[in-house]
Amino acid sequence: MKLSVKIEPRLETPRMLGFVIPVVSLAAALLSGAVFLFFLGVSPFQAYSTIIRSSLGDAYGLSETVVKAIPLAMSAIAVMLSFTMLIWNIGAEGQIFMGAIAAAASVRYFFVDNHIAMFAIMFAAAGIAGGAWAAIAGYFRARWSVNEIITTLMLNYVAMNLLNYFVYGPWRDPASLGFPMTAPFPDAARLPSFWGTRIHAGLFLAILLPLVFWVILRFTRWGYEIRVMGENPKAAGFAGMSYIKNVVLVMFISGAIAGIAGMCELSGLQGRLQHGFSGGYGYTAIIVAWLARLHPIAILTVSFLMGVLLVGGETLQIVMRLPLSSMLVLQGLILFFVLGGEFFRKFRIRILSEGVPITQPTSSEKEGK
Amino acid sequence: MEKITKRFTGVTANLDVDFDVRPGEVHALLGENGAGKSTLMNILYGLYRPDSGTLAVEGRDVSFSSPRDAIAAGIGMVHQHFMLIPSQTVWENMILGLEGLPSLLPKREIRERILELSSRYGLLVYPDAKIWQLSIGEQQRVAILQMLYRKANILVLDEPTAVLTPQEAERLFETVRQMTSEGHGVVFISHKMDEVMALSHRVTILRKGRLIGTVETASTTKEKLAEMMIGRKMIFQIEKEALTPGRPVLECASVCALGDRGIPAVSHATFMIREREIMGIAGVAGNGQQELCETLVGLRKVESGSIRVNGEELTNSFPKTFIDKGIHYIPADRKGTGLVPNMNVSENSILKRYWNRPVSRKGFIDWKEVFSFARGLVSRYNVSTPSMETPVRNLSGGNLQKLMLGRELSDSPIAVLAVHPTWGLDVAATKFVREQLLAARGAGGAVLLVSEDLEELLSMSDRLAVMCKGEIMGILESPADTPVEAIGLMMAGTPAEEALASILQGGTRS
Repeated sequence: MKLSVKIEPRLETPRMLGFVIPVVSLAAALLSGAVFLFFLGVSPFQAYSTIIRSSLGDAYGLSETVVKAIPLAMSAIAVMLSFTMLIWNIGAEGQIFMGAIAAAASVRYFFVDNHIAMFAIMFAAAGIAGGAWAAIAGYFRARWSVNEIITTLMLNYVAMNLLNYFVYGPWRDPASLGFPMTAPFPDAARLPSFWGTRIHAGLFLAILLPLVFWVILRFTRWGYEIRVMGENPKAAGFAGMSYIKNVVLVMFISGAIAGIAGMCELSGLQGRLQHGFSGGYGYTAIIVAWLARLHPIAILTVSFLMGVLLVGGETLQIVMRLPLSSMLVLQGLILFFVLGGEFFRKFRIRILSEGVPITQPTSSEKEGK
Repeated sequence: MEKITKRFTGVTANLDVDFDVRPGEVHALLGENGAGKSTLMNILYGLYRPDSGTLAVEGRDVSFSSPRDAIAAGIGMVHQHFMLIPSQTVWENMILGLEGLPSLLPKREIRERILELSSRYGLLVYPDAKIWQLSIGEQQRVAILQMLYRKANILVLDEPTAVLTPQEAERLFETVRQMTSEGHGVVFISHKMDEVMALSHRVTILRKGRLIGTVETASTTKEKLAEMMIGRKMIFQIEKEALTPGRPVLECASVCALGDRGIPAVSHATFMIREREIMGIAGVAGNGQQELCETLVGLRKVESGSIRVNGEELTNSFPKTFIDKGIHYIPADRKGTGLVPNMNVSENSILKRYWNRPVSRKGFIDWKEVFSFARGLVSRYNVSTPSMETPVRNLSGGNLQKLMLGRELSDSPIAVLAVHPTWGLDVAATKFVREQLLAARGAGGAVLLVSEDLEELLSMSDRLAVMCKGEIMGILESPADTPVEAIGLMMAGTPAEEALASILQGGTRS
């Protein structure tokens, strides 16, 4: 008797699976990560406990995790917005750079010695710069169907090199001993930090933005439009929504949020513009947004968990001398399993036995009489 | 096929169904949507395996695990959407998936075989033509030939006439008769009673997955069949009250528009629709009807000409302007254009009114209002749905159409453009849709009805325009009194006067 596996689409997804699938996926990822760590010659158990202890075990670790989660949550909201509309903004990284460049420029050229005024200027500059950067790709996409994945990705390199140009060239701090960085910002251009940690005022935005966008997507007319346009652009046109206008608008807002994330990172944490300014937050944000299944509130949680992984990974490098790339493998495994788990949300698998006659005993009895 | 039972997650698609085809007969399979016709035929064709029951071909028990086995047993199926490769030629499609061919294709033999088969069954096609160059009717001939080429003894035709002109349908019937006279068995799936009565020898009726009965066509009537199909008496006649049309609502003057591929799709369409009238548009699908409707609601650019609504120039206005003026559109492509499949019933119900009070206030959507609106719509238009939160992709075709119809008609629109509104619907749903369109007309609305079903057009329309290749061949003022043959000629591209003259000369008045 042969067994055959059959895959059937689910008509409806049981509610319970909404919890079971992510948990099982995460467990499977950690398990296969353990195999991977084992082959690297370290004890998986020790590695995982190091990650947890260093990121959540004490106040310092926790604060560092939050510091990492802040830009992640903000840029994940940025990409989530465009993904909801099925516009693939892969360029959050570049938009973070543009926001930071614009914020640094406003500190350099429009400095006001007042916290609130300076914050407002930097906020606006970063938002406009990041937004415009993304809107370029959005306009090309809407007007001429130019693939936005390519344009946003390419614009990342342009933004990165633009930043390099400034920090290596005209904006380099003469006192930096040749390091590619600007002079430290004056105090008025810094976001306040709290509790003696590196947690800065960007935290409020990182919490506020997911809430705001949850409300927007769920309860507003515009949110409804975005969801309809993402699900079925044809139906959106049929209902009189302007797809072109909204693509550009959504890309602008998406880019603006990423730009502001860049500004917060710059003025809240680093205090100066420098080479290699964002640690790939724009790309990690894509993972975060997907893991959160594009749900704004879930993004908050996932950003925090991703922060755990980042902080733990750094410690792992130091304590267990694992290469940075091993952390990326772990991240990749988690993404792989969680996205793979999506399959079970949509389909179910049935195991059928083959080789038995099609007629089942009950009905053949009926025939026999 | 004996005692076939097939269950899908929670739904019994077929329960103890017996079905057989004799050589040389046309056996019609009749039933509402979701009655289990397609499931039964897909089991016969090896696409599904039955949960229980047996299949036998020529007395021998068989078990198909794929269509390949079914084909080997001499069973062929022509689906509604032909499984042909557009970029390849007719002869290349003919050998698609055939095994045991020499690596160097014997093109000449294949062509000869095609020509031999096509002349024998009256299925004229040119073997070297590419599929995309062919009309739908010709493609269907290729699909049938494909099955005959595989020496199919039993041929399943799934709603074959849905895409044909009356003339083409008549030619198809000739082919079917030729096949049965040679001993082939044909299974004919259809919604159209007239065809079933005209063509079949026996009829099997399914309802909710169960076998209701198999009857000799000669000993039954349309009404009896309909009753078996839906389980209660059905009034076929549509009650249409006589109304005097009012002012023109929608006027369109010499409108030209391009199709999706940039080729002219509508050329110099001139007509108007008035209050309290239904203007029908007849024509084979793909002759510019849909493009015309899209230009009338701002979804397609008007290249030249003008569109006026209540006298106001609205050429190339935004779709929203047309909606706000009260022009509503029921597209043919329900899931693709008219609805958002992954969103739920209530979210879909407000697609055309989400910017208006009371559903939306100051940019916010009041979901309580939405739910009560959706609930009202669902009950008024008999949409059967488990809840307001069910994604509409899980609704059946009839319920999708009712939901959409309710959404478009509940505003008492000044004009409704309905494209194939009853396409693929069962008798009860069809009747409902037609009644609702008539009600819109009764309420003073102007209705444009695009359909392929001539019977529907003739019974519904006050006036009838016939389109062919993007042009309006003529507008008939009293369609019910016009010979069907003349309309057929117009659908094939003959101008109205010529068509009428040639039919009247021939003396064939129907």
